[in-house]
Amino acid sequence: MSELEIALMIGGMAVINLAIRWPVYLFADHVRFPPLVERALAFVPVAVLTAIIVPAVLYPSEGDIQLTWRNPYLVGAVVAAVVSWKWQKLMPTILIGMAAFFLARWLIGA
Amino acid sequence: MSATPGARAEFGRGLVATLPLMISAIPFGVIFGTLATGAGLSPLAVMSMSLFVFSGSAQFIAILLLGSGSPLGVIWLATLILNLRHLLYAATLVDHVRSLGHGWRFWLAAWLTDETFAIMERRYRVEGRGPQAHWYYLASCLGMYLNWQFWTYIGIVLATEFEEIKHWGLEFAMAVTFIGIVMPALRSRPYWVAAIVAGLVATLGNGLPYKLGLMLGGFAGILAGLALQEWTRRRNRGERVLP
Repeated sequence: MSELEIALMIGGMAVINLAIRWPVYLFADHVRFPPLVERALAFVPVAVLTAIIVPAVLYPSEGDIQLTWRNPYLVGAVVAAVVSWKWQKLMPTILIGMAAFFLARWLIGA
Repeated sequence: MSATPGARAEFGRGLVATLPLMISAIPFGVIFGTLATGAGLSPLAVMSMSLFVFSGSAQFIAILLLGSGSPLGVIWLATLILNLRHLLYAATLVDHVRSLGHGWRFWLAAWLTDETFAIMERRYRVEGRGPQAHWYYLASCLGMYLNWQFWTYIGIVLATEFEEIKHWGLEFAMAVTFIGIVMPALRSRPYWVAAIVAGLVATLGNGLPYKLGLMLGGFAGILAGLALQEWTRRRNRGERVLP
């Protein structure tokens, strides 16, 4: 690609990203969602964040699914989920989850 | 924009809350800078992408597609599909930014990422809005943005010498942070169903291009949770009508 095309690519990507994010905030005064849509949006965090986490944990690298305790990402994720469920606190979840991940990786020797 | 003490406290707390996610973005920023430079882009072009596009997944796909000689239209379409979930994020948070001026709303939209969405959704759910909560939001945005610029730059400068960073496992900080945000949000059965369906569908769709599996998983989860909730509501309403 020429330099002009690279510039066009970047400009276009920037515009697309803004076009997705900005209109909802821009027209916030005029737009009210129907109640059913509002109730649907309440599920966005749980659904989308879980859809990000689960494949990232089960497919830590290219290739087959790693649904085994020898997968340190899975071990760390399970520990983090238990900690979060029990104490409902964010920082301990992050620290203990990371610690479990590094420990599992060291023990497994991956 | 003068910062009152309340605003400064919110800003500081927003930055602290975002810190783990900034750490988890380090390897991605470095690898992006390295990869994009290796693909033949000038340092100016690589930096411009991080500065103006500011979307890790879209930036990575663009480099990949560039390498395979894809036309511009395909790269733009991929950007659109990859980032559609941000429309849902904005719609979820919009109630909390409605009272802000347009300058604020522009930047809080432009800098909205997965990470900042997760942080702000939790903040509003746990603490409510608060008169200065937008400073918390801004801190999360600025933290993620400046962090991304810095590590992209490091990736460009150090390129190959810093390759090792992808084996450190720092990116796992994002998974545990998101877990810490999702678990307390599982308030009732419909939310559990939403999470399970979303995770299952996203895993099954993992091989699909442009992270379509993620989008399908998200939508399937939302629909499943909503369907169960509506069904329960209707059944309960029906029972109340009966003597």
